[in-house]
Amino acid sequence: MKIAFTAKGTHWDSTIDPRFGRTEYILVYDDEKDEFESFDNRDIENEAHGAGPKTSQKLFELGAKVLITGNGPGGNAATVLEKAGIEIFIGAGNMTVKQAYEAYKNNQLTKF
Amino acid sequence: MRIAIASGKGGTGKTTLSANLAAFLSKTETVVLTDLDVEEPNSGLFIKGKLENEETKYKMIPEWKEETCTLCGECQKNCNFHAIIQLGPQILVFPELCHSCYACSELCPTDSLPMVSQRMGKLKHYSGDNIDFIESQLDIGQEQAVPLIGQTIQYVENNFDDNTLKIYDSPPGTSCPVIEATKDADFIILVTEPTPFGLHDLKLAVETVKELRKSFAVVINRWGLGDEKVMDYCKENDIPIIAKIPNLRQIAEIYSRGELIFEQVPEFKDELLKISDYIKKEMD
Repeated sequence: MKIAFTAKGTHWDSTIDPRFGRTEYILVYDDEKDEFESFDNRDIENEAHGAGPKTSQKLFELGAKVLITGNGPGGNAATVLEKAGIEIFIGAGNMTVKQAYEAYKNNQLTKF
Repeated sequence: MRIAIASGKGGTGKTTLSANLAAFLSKTETVVLTDLDVEEPNSGLFIKGKLENEETKYKMIPEWKEETCTLCGECQKNCNFHAIIQLGPQILVFPELCHSCYACSELCPTDSLPMVSQRMGKLKHYSGDNIDFIESQLDIGQEQAVPLIGQTIQYVENNFDDNTLKIYDSPPGTSCPVIEATKDADFIILVTEPTPFGLHDLKLAVETVKELRKSFAVVINRWGLGDEKVMDYCKENDIPIIAKIPNLRQIAEIYSRGELIFEQVPEFKDELLKISDYIKKEMD
């Protein structure tokens, strides 16, 4: 299963980006294959509108089933994520990606 | 003639000036005052009149027709606002993000995104002695002011001829709603206050109206407060200051009772007269 993180960098030790739509990077960890990939999302800075739905669509295309983030998505993004069948966990804003993954595994994150 | 009253900063006195100037000018001219601050219109608190007309306003948004859609993805590629998202076999439309530009609808090869109307707010038209007052208000939950501002201006232009002096009370800021409210104006009055906050936002407003290539001038409200920096800035940039409304407790008291100020404060009326003279010169 693919788990997506919003992050400020491209490594396990990078900090979670608390923003969803305008996150700098999307990191995807496939826990079955133990594969870790990063996607640069910084182009989103050029978008005045609709950052949330656009980033949500990216997650869908990347095949993510779970999203781990900080503040949580806005209304439009939440609609897309719900239709895409992606589960959302929030409250990882101050953690590193690694800490956030462990917190998720231990059921310590809040389900959105 | 169309006069827009704008400011970068909120709370500088746009509505106070708009309502008083409109009422003052209505003694000698036929005037229509329009409140384009559709998120929170309040000029009407100062203008008394009887309700003449009420209209529900709609904006056009695309509606997905699943039966004929071939999922080619053109619509989401053509939408600049990400108001259309394709998720596998479905197309999602976000009405709050849609700018009613019709691109998705017109460019859809199978006509699967016809435009349909969606309610966005209400326009009210009041009439009084030699003055008409128009205001529109967005429905709760509506995110976009621009389409309603555009339709409100259209209503005024359709109902009043060029012999009527049209005063448009604009929303604050320097973004799309202000552009929409001021882009057809013949003359823009920027209201500011002599404080660092007023100056900061005045500079932004000046850049905006210069970009629009509009003729404009500044009115300083709460004159006597703060410092001289707004004056210096206007002088350096050759921006006319056409009136300075004094910072008087009496003005604030009358305002807070929802009454017109010029009828009770001669110093205020003097400043309106200066503005009126300037406007009349601009009209010629």
